[in-house]
Amino acid sequence: MNAAYVIVALPLAGAIALLFAGCLPIRGPVGKVRDPWSGWLATAMTLGAFVATVWVWATQVGRSASGRSSDLNIFTWIPVGDLHVNFGLQVDPLSILWCLFVTGVGGLITLYSIGYMKGDPSFNRFFFYLNAFVFSMVVLVLADNYLFSFLGWEGVGFCSYGLVGFWFERNSAAVAAKKAFVTNRVGDFGFMIALFLMFKHFGSFNFSAVLGPLSAGHATLAASTATALTLLLLLGAVAKSAQLPLYMWLPDAMEGPTPVSALIHAATMVTAGVYLIARSAPIIHFSSSGQWTIAWIGAATALFAATIACNQNDIKRVLAYSTVSQIGYMVLGEGSGDYSAGIYHTVMHAFFKALLFLSAGAVIHALHDEQDMKRMGGLRKHLRITFPAFIIGYLALSAIPPFDGFWSKDTVLAAAFHKSPALWAVGVITAGLTAYYMTRQVILVFYGQARWADQSAAHGAAGHSAPPHEAPPTMTVPLVILSVASVLGWLLNAPFGGLDFINRWLAPVFPAAIAPSFAVHTGTKWIIGLVATAVAVAGVLSGIAAWRRQVDRPALEPAVLAHGWYIDEGIAAAVSGPLARTASDLSFEVDAKLVDGSVNGIARLAAESGRQLRRIQTGYVRNYALGIGAGAAVILFYVALRAGS
Amino acid sequence: MIQPLHLLGFLGQASPASSSGCTIAPGGFRVDGFCTDPGSLHIPVAYRSIIPVLVLTIGALVMLALSAVLPKRARPGLWPALTALVGAFSLAGAVWQWYDLGTAGAAQPTIGGQIFYDRFSVLFLILISIAVIFGALSADSYLRREGLDGIEAYILMLMSAIGAMLMAQSGSLIMLFLGLEIMSIALYVMAAYHRRRTQSGEAGLKYFILGSFSSALFLYGVALIYGATGSVEFGLIGNFLTGNVIANNGVLLGGMALVIVGLGFKVAAVPFHYWTPDVYQGSPTPFTGYMAAVAKAAGFAGLFRVLTQALGTQQANWRPIIWLMAVLTLGIGSVMAIAQKDLKRMMAYSSISQAGYVLVGLQAASATGTSGALFYLFTYIFVIVGTFAVIGLLQGRGEARSDLGVIRGLGRRQPLLAGVMLVFLLAQAGVPFTSGFLAKFYVIQAAVQRGQYWLAVIAMLAAAIAAFFYLRIALLMYSSDPAEPGPLPVDVPPADAGVLTLGLEPIASLDLETTLVIDPPSRGPVPVPLAVGAVLAVSAAFTIAAGVSSFAIDFAKQATTLF
Repeated sequence: MNAAYVIVALPLAGAIALLFAGCLPIRGPVGKVRDPWSGWLATAMTLGAFVATVWVWATQVGRSASGRSSDLNIFTWIPVGDLHVNFGLQVDPLSILWCLFVTGVGGLITLYSIGYMKGDPSFNRFFFYLNAFVFSMVVLVLADNYLFSFLGWEGVGFCSYGLVGFWFERNSAAVAAKKAFVTNRVGDFGFMIALFLMFKHFGSFNFSAVLGPLSAGHATLAASTATALTLLLLLGAVAKSAQLPLYMWLPDAMEGPTPVSALIHAATMVTAGVYLIARSAPIIHFSSSGQWTIAWIGAATALFAATIACNQNDIKRVLAYSTVSQIGYMVLGEGSGDYSAGIYHTVMHAFFKALLFLSAGAVIHALHDEQDMKRMGGLRKHLRITFPAFIIGYLALSAIPPFDGFWSKDTVLAAAFHKSPALWAVGVITAGLTAYYMTRQVILVFYGQARWADQSAAHGAAGHSAPPHEAPPTMTVPLVILSVASVLGWLLNAPFGGLDFINRWLAPVFPAAIAPSFAVHTGTKWIIGLVATAVAVAGVLSGIAAWRRQVDRPALEPAVLAHGWYIDEGIAAAVSGPLARTASDLSFEVDAKLVDGSVNGIARLAAESGRQLRRIQTGYVRNYALGIGAGAAVILFYVALRAGS
Repeated sequence: MIQPLHLLGFLGQASPASSSGCTIAPGGFRVDGFCTDPGSLHIPVAYRSIIPVLVLTIGALVMLALSAVLPKRARPGLWPALTALVGAFSLAGAVWQWYDLGTAGAAQPTIGGQIFYDRFSVLFLILISIAVIFGALSADSYLRREGLDGIEAYILMLMSAIGAMLMAQSGSLIMLFLGLEIMSIALYVMAAYHRRRTQSGEAGLKYFILGSFSSALFLYGVALIYGATGSVEFGLIGNFLTGNVIANNGVLLGGMALVIVGLGFKVAAVPFHYWTPDVYQGSPTPFTGYMAAVAKAAGFAGLFRVLTQALGTQQANWRPIIWLMAVLTLGIGSVMAIAQKDLKRMMAYSSISQAGYVLVGLQAASATGTSGALFYLFTYIFVIVGTFAVIGLLQGRGEARSDLGVIRGLGRRQPLLAGVMLVFLLAQAGVPFTSGFLAKFYVIQAAVQRGQYWLAVIAMLAAAIAAFFYLRIALLMYSSDPAEPGPLPVDVPPADAGVLTLGLEPIASLDLETTLVIDPPSRGPVPVPLAVGAVLAVSAAFTIAAGVSSFAIDFAKQATTLF
């Protein structure tokens, strides 16, 4: 029994158990909901999967570099002609790395949710979604073929839909869920076309067939095919990873409960696109234009999202845009040909962004669901654990050495510099903006006047009057663990002292044949690092200068940025204007009359002929016998025609 | 001198004995020539080939003997439990046979050429054994509710299973006919088993009259084939037709046509389907499910045996007939189902339409078609027995209601039961991730491989039409409860709802109650007995498992020993 099966089986078992727990008359101590048993079950399953992942990882480490990949077939789904769709798991360094942080960070967030979701009437449903999500995500990364992976991909999308719209009685949540789903469908379209193209070219969806032998690369892949596949898969990746031009669902997805924002929209689901690009590296290698497209999409997204993040007032939306921006860095790293740099940043980002979101959740929790930063302030005295945690996350995200973000962002920037100084310049400007908007957030939330007090006074007896309180231990323990990870996590791939574990770990997956290694001069590296640090510090200082005393600075908050460059509004205008008219014409004229009309016509025909034919069914045995006799006579007549010759 | 050949045969040893004119193949599976020596008139019996039949027969006899010994009101639940146990032993025997056969090649006739011992038959033996277990378990609570519990129903069930098994294993037309009659006569009685319901008696009578009619046609067909070929054994007929070209083949084709009619009646293929709605509606509900599973499977086993083993050379003549029957069956079955208002009647037409897909697999006359059809039949029993078990639960005492309204709001009252029913409905509609999807896929694939694109299109259109009424039931389950209970079924006059006097005089010696107690189901959840729950759970699990993995099709492929 390979432990890899356990990684998949545990979250699945948890999800199924929780699904049916809804039918059971179990009552938790809180009353009508299964609070907190569902949460503990879900946590145990996810952390169990983490333990299994570590086990698999440990056995892999014990093997030689080439022996670390294995393919485990669970069963064959449809064996039809040439198409054999296997449900199989590919255990290799890349998938296990992803599983490690998906189950690890996922487990911590599930634990955190027990406290956060306490008392929610749909407590059980929430943890069902969380386990189903982790299951889909591990299927996505462990699958040994693109089709199975696509199933996980869709499962992730579904769970995200359910979680963003978790409080679906709120209209905004329902709309956001729909937006996330629809936007992702655009990407799924690309992914599906890529699947068809793969089948046409390779006759298979298996990684081994589509990607060719890793050591040598695909010998016969034409550049045009590679570019087509790359761009189609990229379309899927940008939708799932919220990159330009399909980024706009992610900020809205903050309507979901905060742990969801942390789990899905920071640490795991949005990295699915990054995974897909990394997994498809052997194809991308054959498409130079594809690589440039990936790199520029990453860089452009990073800058674009960072500008918007500077002017958001919702504590979670700042982090959401920052996530979009940081994933831009990951994609930039991959497009620059240094996959392990992108993945290094992914892992580090999983630590510190989960930390930031969970801290933000603790802040929101403390202020009774207040999310507007302009109504916060002065919280550092009240939240003794959350505050330092948030500060650590902030320093890591702002890329201040020696925290996580600095090291991983530095590797990405070095790769970008190697690809093109222009890409690097965009990355550096973004780094400055990142430090600026995060400083703004920290000051608005934790320093200055306690503006929430005014609010509660204004609300009077609305129940706000209690001072902010620190969260329960189920919430603070994950904060502490993630804080430590954000301070020390960078040692996983430090650029000195032979500490580049991730690079070496991933080397068998990205051999020189598909990801040519390049060396950036040590001196250049120092300069890049120093420049990045200087820019980040400048960002911090300008943030302090701008926001130390004032809460409202309209000059620094142009409406165009607060509205995200009016992209949403523009799309809304286009969609609700001519597009909606066309759609409405299509739906009410063409669809209702032509399509529905013909379908209903056929249905009516079937129903009517059924009614008419019923008359044959008289109920009299003599008529039935006559019918059988007539049938026999027809057949006999037919054989009589054929006989004799 | 009497040679203990049968013993040697049972032990599976080579029996080199040959006596004046006949040779016996190793294992006792085949006797060539005629054994004229008086001592060798004893036909060797390879008992291993008929283990399930023996188990069922002995089981039935033991149960009858027990019923004579035990007090009249024996422990409730004893007979269904014993029947299920006998079924389980028979299943174990069949599974043992499966491995005993290994991946042997072509079918070997045994027991004087009357029985085939091959994986094709063993698949059906397994299927029928499972149907017996499921049938007994799901019938128990129904029969007790209706006040009909007793040993007779279970003995009849076992007898019909014996007949069905003999049909599946038959090596000659005579054996096929014997099996057919053993099965049918038991089924006629089962259809009429609800003594106090007029519809049940009517169903039994109709089934009996029309069944006799079709049996007569079948038997006449057998006579004609014998006349044309000089044999009733499938293998010998096949050999004869391979070796000889009949100049004047009218007699042979006429016989073939009549055999198709007789078996087409059993599988409820259009235009021999008229009895199906009436019988399915009138029969006690769990028996309907059992009947739909077993009679259909056995009938198709017979059709496959006759058409591919005996008349394989006549493909050009029978394929068009089956093609037309398939098209009619698919079309009429699904179109008629839409117009139904009664759940059992609707499922009857649905089962007709499902038979159409098996016919599609049969008419392809290829290994793909056969394995697809076998997959279809094997996975279908789980679906149909489960469906009728759910309906039986919901009907209320005296089968008070079986209109569509009875299922309305089930999803809210009993989500688990509704979920299981949904699985069955989706499987019959052919939705992916259920066995029904792959079943339809494989038979349509077989048609496409033979270049029959039109048939494939028709089959898919029929599936689309059929999806309408399956999904309608599914939708009803999840639509809200009406405020007041729906109307009583139309066939019960509202004036005397509650007690309906039976027109016929009861047979006094059987000590019958003369009235049918009608007690419409309450609006609340119906209790699900453990046995039925187990059947439903296993069926639903199998339906999904066979829909997402390939073990069932591998099983069916290995059983395709006819090609």
